Amino acid sequence: MQFAVPVAALVTFGLHLLLSKNAPPLETHSYMLLFWEIVGVSIVLAVAQIFWTALRKWMRHMWPIFTAAILLVGVWDLITAGFRLLPLPYFPSPAAVLRSLISDRGLLLDSTWHSLVLLVSGYSLGVIVGLVSGVCIGWSSSVRYWGMPLLKVVGPIPATAWIPLAMVVSPSAFVSAAGLVALAVWFPVTMLTASGISNTRASYLDVARTLGARRAYLIFRVAIPAAVPNIFIGLFMGLGASFLTLVVAESVGVKSGLGWYVSWAQGWAEYGKVFSALIIMAGFFSTLMTLLFKIRDRLLVWQKGIIKW
Amino acid sequence: MVVLAQTESSSLSVQQISKSFPAPDDPLTRRQALSSISLSIAPGELVSLIGPSGCGKSTLLRLIAGLDTPDSGELLIGSDPIKEPSAERGLVFQDPNLFPWLTVRRNIEAGLVARRMLRQKRNEVGEFMQVVGLEAFADAYPHHLSGGMAQRVALARALINHPKVLLLDEPLGALDAFTRMRMQDEVLRLWENRRTTMLLVTHDIDEAIYMSDRIMIMTQRPGRIDQEIGINLLRPRDRTSESFLRLRSQILEHLHLAGKATEVSV
Repeated sequence: MQFAVPVAALVTFGLHLLLSKNAPPLETHSYMLLFWEIVGVSIVLAVAQIFWTALRKWMRHMWPIFTAAILLVGVWDLITAGFRLLPLPYFPSPAAVLRSLISDRGLLLDSTWHSLVLLVSGYSLGVIVGLVSGVCIGWSSSVRYWGMPLLKVVGPIPATAWIPLAMVVSPSAFVSAAGLVALAVWFPVTMLTASGISNTRASYLDVARTLGARRAYLIFRVAIPAAVPNIFIGLFMGLGASFLTLVVAESVGVKSGLGWYVSWAQGWAEYGKVFSALIIMAGFFSTLMTLLFKIRDRLLVWQKGIIKW
Repeated sequence: MVVLAQTESSSLSVQQISKSFPAPDDPLTRRQALSSISLSIAPGELVSLIGPSGCGKSTLLRLIAGLDTPDSGELLIGSDPIKEPSAERGLVFQDPNLFPWLTVRRNIEAGLVARRMLRQKRNEVGEFMQVVGLEAFADAYPHHLSGGMAQRVALARALINHPKVLLLDEPLGALDAFTRMRMQDEVLRLWENRRTTMLLVTHDIDEAIYMSDRIMIMTQRPGRIDQEIGINLLRPRDRTSESFLRLRSQILEHLHLAGKATEVSV
């Protein structure tokens, strides 16, 4: 079991050696380097886990996933470089993707940074505005009367549909893109915050009032904490919507970021670069998702054992 | 313990209170829940309110707590009219309604935080946790607590405000029989130490006789006080003594519940 990962790496690696006789040497070189590293690290881990219990537990849990992932790369190699089943240049081999990942790392890093800045500014703006409007709509019935119809009519319009308008109205492409991301986040955050606040158990509010609570306590220490599970659902939905809006907004308006990089690389038919950007996006977005999960677990410890989602 | 001595309990008087609600099936008609009900409780007294379900006991408690307003009549605490909820009238429900996002300690502190007195009175939090025997669970979250423990936290949370009147809406109704009897003694101990005026709504006739100075029996809707029975037994009371059982059958008779079982079995 412990050696499944290095074995899988050796299989994939051997496969590549058989297939890559006529591949460009530069591609093969970095690809082989990567696999030698994987083989090396996995052997070290396999040996280390004999002495290290915590590592063994983790490995026992993770080895099937790692093995499958490495073998999947082998299958990809087989389909593209090996049998050439998929049309080129749309489906480059893993070695070619790795090559463009390495050769274009400067621009990729820069694009990731730009995407991060844009995403963080848009997302935090959307969350702040969404929380405020959600709490107001959820708490006050007169705000709900006027705000809810607006929310129901304007909210469901996909943020990307505003792109033509946003580009005309706003002073810079960055501001319009951040505004669109914020809009995409604002809707689910507002909706779920409002429903969480207005569904606060009446008895919690009653108890708080008999304990001497005034309005500020009722809102900030009863209704909002009670709504936090709902608010997080909104935050997750908003995060998903923000990725989508970010990539679209970057590829049509802002001339930087991963979304722009993908459409730019596509324009030059450099599909190796397209795939490397996709790989970076996968890592980038899933890291942010994981971060939000961690924050949620931290804030909702009190729910542990009640709800699992 | 210092905290236990400083309570200032207060009398409570309910004068000609009526309250109606829109009928659930037909919102245009109103259904009378309480019809000019009157009662008064002396400072430091423990009074039980019993009656069939739906007779408006909980409605009355909510009115006294200030969570609802009566259609007519007057509610006085000492000589002050009741207008809104206040920390001087603690309310404990059947469901402890602990805030699930707060630990036991923070739940007990809630009233102090709400009244912005946590800094001055922080030392009392520990004492109250000790009073209800929950020091070991200070940092536990409510979902880890048993029903009895949760209700003890709810009691401590209400008592930390040193209420002049403590309103108890079937506080032990959801507990199993053994926990329930233990909690009755616990509430009595708190009451004897502090002499807070208490109004206890209950379904349980034994509980009412075991605990209270006086029992008020309410009639079916619209609710009003039908009879008052003073309990002059010495505490701790013996649930199997002859006088206890006599009171029990007297109340059962009054509620038209007595003897039916015998008739069937003969």
